[in-house]
Amino acid sequence: MDFGIFAVLAQDGVTNAAVYALLAMALVLVFSVTRIIFLPQGEFIGFGALTLAALQGGQFPRLLWLLIGVGVLCFAVDLLAALRQRRYKPLPRRQLLWSAGENLFYPLLLWALAQSFDWSAVPMLGQILFTLAVTVPLGVMLYRVAFQPLAEASVLVLLIVAVGVHFALIGLGLFIFGPEGSTTQAFTDWSAEFGALLMSGQSLVVIAVAAGLIAALYLFFERTLFGKALRATAVNRRGAQLVGIGTAQAGRMAFALAAALGSLAGILIGPLNTVGYDSGFIVALKGFVAAIVGGLASYPLAAAGALLVGLLESYASFWASAYKEVIVFTLIIPLLAWRSLASVHTDEEGA
Amino acid sequence: MNTRRLQWLLFAWFFVFPFLPLPPYWITIGNYIGLYAIVALGLVLLTGIGGLTSFGQAAFVGLGAYTTAYLSGVLGVSPWLGLPAGLLVSGLSAALIGSVTVRLSGHFLPLATIAWGLSLYYLFGTLEFLGKYDGLSGIPPLALFGLDLSAPEAMYGLIWLCLGGCLWLVLNLLDSRSGRAIRALASGRTMPEAMGVDTAQYKILIFVLAALMASLSGWLYAHLQRSVSATPFGLNMGIEYLFMAVVGGIGQVWGAILGAAVMTGLKSQLQDWLPRLFGSQGNFELVVFGVMIVLLLLWARQGLWPWLAGAWARWQPPAPLPLAPASAPAGYAGLARRSKPAPGSLLLDVDAARKAFGGLLAVKDMSFALRAGDVVGLIGPNGAGKSTMFNLLSGVLPPSGGAIRFCGERIDGLGARRIMELGIGRSFQHVHLLAQRSVLENVALGAHRRGHAGPLAAALHLERHEEARLLHLAAEQIRRCGLAEHMYTPAGSLALGQQRIVEIARALCSDPLLLLLDEPAAGLRLQEKQALAGLIRQLKAEGMAVLLVEHDMDFVMDLTDRLVVMEFGSKLAEGLPEVVRNDAAVLAAYLGGIE
Amino acid sequence: MSAVVLETRQLSVRYGKMEAVRSASIRLRAGEIVTVIGPNGAGKSSLLNAIMGALPSNGQADGEVLYEARDIGHHAVEQRLGKGLALVPEKRELFTSMSVEDNLLLGAYRRRRRGRSHREALDSVYAIFPRLRERRGQLAGTMSGGERQMVAIGRALMSDPKVLMLDEPSLGLAPRVMAEVFHVIARLRDSGVATLLIEQNSRAALQVADYGYVLEVGDVTLEGPAAELAHHPRVIEAYLGARH
Repeated sequence: MDFGIFAVLAQDGVTNAAVYALLAMALVLVFSVTRIIFLPQGEFIGFGALTLAALQGGQFPRLLWLLIGVGVLCFAVDLLAALRQRRYKPLPRRQLLWSAGENLFYPLLLWALAQSFDWSAVPMLGQILFTLAVTVPLGVMLYRVAFQPLAEASVLVLLIVAVGVHFALIGLGLFIFGPEGSTTQAFTDWSAEFGALLMSGQSLVVIAVAAGLIAALYLFFERTLFGKALRATAVNRRGAQLVGIGTAQAGRMAFALAAALGSLAGILIGPLNTVGYDSGFIVALKGFVAAIVGGLASYPLAAAGALLVGLLESYASFWASAYKEVIVFTLIIPLLAWRSLASVHTDEEGA
Repeated sequence: MNTRRLQWLLFAWFFVFPFLPLPPYWITIGNYIGLYAIVALGLVLLTGIGGLTSFGQAAFVGLGAYTTAYLSGVLGVSPWLGLPAGLLVSGLSAALIGSVTVRLSGHFLPLATIAWGLSLYYLFGTLEFLGKYDGLSGIPPLALFGLDLSAPEAMYGLIWLCLGGCLWLVLNLLDSRSGRAIRALASGRTMPEAMGVDTAQYKILIFVLAALMASLSGWLYAHLQRSVSATPFGLNMGIEYLFMAVVGGIGQVWGAILGAAVMTGLKSQLQDWLPRLFGSQGNFELVVFGVMIVLLLLWARQGLWPWLAGAWARWQPPAPLPLAPASAPAGYAGLARRSKPAPGSLLLDVDAARKAFGGLLAVKDMSFALRAGDVVGLIGPNGAGKSTMFNLLSGVLPPSGGAIRFCGERIDGLGARRIMELGIGRSFQHVHLLAQRSVLENVALGAHRRGHAGPLAAALHLERHEEARLLHLAAEQIRRCGLAEHMYTPAGSLALGQQRIVEIARALCSDPLLLLLDEPAAGLRLQEKQALAGLIRQLKAEGMAVLLVEHDMDFVMDLTDRLVVMEFGSKLAEGLPEVVRNDAAVLAAYLGGIE
Repeated sequence: MSAVVLETRQLSVRYGKMEAVRSASIRLRAGEIVTVIGPNGAGKSSLLNAIMGALPSNGQADGEVLYEARDIGHHAVEQRLGKGLALVPEKRELFTSMSVEDNLLLGAYRRRRRGRSHREALDSVYAIFPRLRERRGQLAGTMSGGERQMVAIGRALMSDPKVLMLDEPSLGLAPRVMAEVFHVIARLRDSGVATLLIEQNSRAALQVADYGYVLEVGDVTLEGPAAELAHHPRVIEAYLGARH
C-alpha cells in the first residue's frame, strides 16, 4: 500500500469517524441521563437524510405524517394520564393546553409551512433547519409515549422497549418512505489535490461540522445550567431529583439532542451515500461500538472509539472488504472485556 | 386435576394436533412454534432465571444449522452426525464467548450479544464455503432406521419430542442444587458467592446450555427447510426470540412455549391480514410487534404465563415444590460435619485490619478476637465503619492491611466462597432472599457446598438421594429456627423479622462455627426483636459463636458476652456490656451531644 | 407563637406490604427547629421523603401534607421546591464529578424567589460556609465528609427554602465538624428558616431543637418540647442510653 492509498483510506476513515462520533455522543448522552440504550438512533439518520432529500426534491416531507400521528398519540397519553389522576388532583388545564400545542398544533403548523413554500428553492441551511424542526420533536414525543412511563424500569426493560420502538419505526419507515433510498445535494463541489491525495470538500464539511457540534456540546455541558442539569442527572439521579431536575424533563432534553444529532448525522452522510429508511441502523451500531469504548459514560473516550472504528473499517475495507462488518463488530468483544477489567466493581450490583 | 398434570396434558395436545384434519399450513406453523420454543426455553433459563440478557441466540441457531448443512449437504456425512458436531461447535463458541462476556456487568452483556450476533451473521453471509448470502441448499432429510422424516408431519413429531426432552431436562435442572444456584444468579454476586456458589461458572453454564438448545433448534431447522441462508440467523431473529420469552413470561419455563406459540401464530395471521388492510408496501407486522412489546412492558411486564397461571391458581392452588422429605433420608447421618472446637478456644482473630477507600480510611487498625461459644457485639454509631469491617470478615472486600485469622488460618484476602467453606456463615443487612421461592428453597441454597452433584446429574435427576438429604438438612434448620409452619411460604411474603430468621437458617445449612449477623435488629418490631434474641441465645447454647454487628445498643446489651465499640474506623472500647455502657468515651461518642 | 408552615396529618408511607410510617402527624412553625428522633429503620427517612414528594417508586404515601395550610400531597418535587421546601438527604447525593460551585448552582435550578440572582444566592451560601468559597472549583467528590455535608446543605439553601429538612446531618462526621454543622442549623433559625431535623444522635438533636417527636417503627410514640423530651425517662432509656 503506497502513501496515496493510505491517505485516501485515512480520509475516508476520519470522515466516517466524525459521523460515528456524533452518534456515539448522542448514545452516551441518552444512556447516562435516562439509562436507555437508544437503539432507534439509527432511524433518525434515515429520517434526517430522507426529509432533507424530499425538501430538496420539492416533495412533501412525508415524515410529517408520522409526526402528526405520534403527536396525537402523545396528547392522548397526556390526556389519559390526567384523567386517571383526576381523583387525586384537579385536571391540569394549563399542562393539557401546552400538550395540545406541542403535540397537535405544532405538527399542523409544520404541515402548513411545508405546503405553503417551495422548499427546494430555500437555501440549504433553511432546509436543514426545517428538517430538524420535524425530527427533534419526534424524538421528544417518542420519549413521552414509550419511555417516560417506564422511567423507573431496569436497563433491560428499557432496552427491550427501545428494540420495540426500533421495530415499529423501521416498519413505519418502509411505509412512509418506500424501499428506495435517496441522496441529498452536495454541500460543496470544492476539492483540492495535495500530491497523491484528493481532498474532497465534502469530507471536510463533514469533519468540520462534526467537530463544531462536539465543541458546541462541550460548551453546552460546561457553561449552561441546562447542560449542567443533564450532567447532574447522569452523575446522581436522586440528587438531581431533589434539586428539581425532573427525570422527565431531563429525558426529553436528552432525546431532543439525540434526535438532532442523529438527523444531523444522516444529513451529513446524505450526499455521499444513498440513505434508505433502514440504512441508519448499521451506521448507528458502529456509533454504538464507539460509545461502548467510552463505557457509555465518557464522551472523549467515545470520540476516540469513533476514530478507531472509522479507521479500522476504512483499512479493513481495503484489505478484506468482505469482512469489514465482521471485523468492526467482533472488535466489541475484546473492547468490552477490556472495559470490564478496567472498571472497578463495587460489591452490590444493580439487579 | 393437579396443575402439573394439566401442564403435561396441554403439552401432549401438541402431539395429537398433527393427526387432526387440519390444513398442512397449520403443521408448518406448529413446526416453527416448536423450533422457536426450544430457543426461547434456553432464553428463559439464561435471561429470565439467570438474569443474563442475550439478543444473540439466533447466531447459535445459525451455528447449529450451518454445521449440519455443511457436513451433510457439502461433505455428505450422515445428518445425525451433524447434531453432535453442531452442539460441539456452538457449545465451544458459547464457552469461549461466555468466558469473556458473562463477567460483564449489567447492560454490557446485552450489548455484547448484539455485537457478536451481528458479526456471526455477517460471517455466515461472507464465508465462501458457506455459500455467502445465498447459503447452502440440498441438505438431506433426516431418516431413522429407514423411516423417512422429510414430511413436515414427521418432523413435527421429532421437533416436539426434542422440545419435550429439553423441557424435561430444564425442569429437572431447576429443581435441584444447581437450579437453586442458577436462580440465585439474578440477585447479584454477593449473596450467591456467600452461599458458596461460583457465580462465574454457573453463568457460563447457563450460557452454554442456552446455546446448545439454540443449536439443536438450528439442526432441526436445517433438516426441515433443507436449505440455510444467513437471514434467519440475523439480529432481528435474535430479538424476536427474546420477545417470545418476554411475551410468554421471561422467568417462566412454560412461558417459552406460550410465547413462541403466540408470537408465531400472531405473525402468520398478521402477515395475512395487514397487507389486505394497508396495502403491500410496508412491514406492518414489525410495527405491530414493536408496539405490542412496548404495550406489554407498560402494562404487563410479567408476560402472559404468570397471568394465566395466576388465574388457574385461584381455581386450583399449586402444590409446593420441592417438598422436604418426611423423615431423614438414607445417608443423612453420614453428611460431613465439622468437628466443633473446644469451648473457649480462639476462633476469630482480627489483627490490625485496615481498609482504605481512596484516601479515606474506613477501618483503621481494628483488633479483636472471638472465642468458640462467644456472642460478641460489634457496635458503634452509623458510619463508624462497622459494615466495612463486616465486609472484610465475610470476604466481600479485601483488607488493605493487617491480618484476619479463623481457626488459625489466614482468611484476609480470601473470597466469600472460601470463607464460607471454612465455617463462617452470614446474614445480610438488606435481606437477600429470592422473594418468589419458598422458604425451604431459600434455606436449601445455604447447603450448596454440602452437595456435590453436578448439573448433568441434576438434569437427568440422578441425584435424588443427595437432593433429599440437602432438603432434609434445610428443613431441619428451618425447624431449628422455629419457622416450620412457613416452610413452603414464598420468602417474600414473610414479615421482615421472619425473613431475617430465614437468612440465619440458610447460613446454618453450611454447618458454620461462627455466624456473622449484619444489623439483624434494624427495622424490627419489639416482638420480632425478642424472637430473634431468643434464637441467638438458643444457638449460643448449642455452642455457636456469633458476631453481631449492630447499631441498636439495647438489643445487644443483654444478649452478648462482650462488646467491641467502633468509632471513625477504629476501636474505641471493648469489654463486658455493662462496663462498656458506662464508659465515658463510649457515652460521648456513641450517644453524642454537642459541646 | 408563629404560624404553622408545615404539617402532616395521618401521614402513612408503605412500600408494598411493608408499612414504614403509620399515620404520623407532626407540625413545624416558622423559624422553629423540630426534630424527629428514633432508632434505625423506624421510618424517619421515609417521613422526610414523603413530605418532599421524593419517595422511591415502590413507595406510597397516604394522608395529608399541608404547606402553609394547603395540601401539597399531589405536587411533584419540582413544585414543592418552588414553594419553599428543600431536603438534604442522608447520603448527601452530591454531583461528585462536578465542582462545588456547580453543585450549588444546580441547587437553584428551581428556586422559590425568581428575583434573587444566582450570584446573590451563591454569596449568601458562601457567607454561611466560607470554606466553600475557597474550595468552589474543587470536585465535590474529592472533599471531606464535613465539607460534603456543607455542600449538601448549601445546595439546599440555594433554592431559598422556607422549610429545610435535614436527614441525619451528623452521619459519619467527627464531633467537631458535627458541632459546626449544628451551629449552622441554629443560625439558620435566626434567619427565619424552619428546620425539620432527623437525627440518630438524639442528645445533640434535642439540644438544638425547640420541639421533638419520637418515631418508633412507624408510629409517633412521644412528642413534646425538646427540653422536656430530653429528660423524659423513656427517651433517656431508649435513645440516650444513660440508664443510671
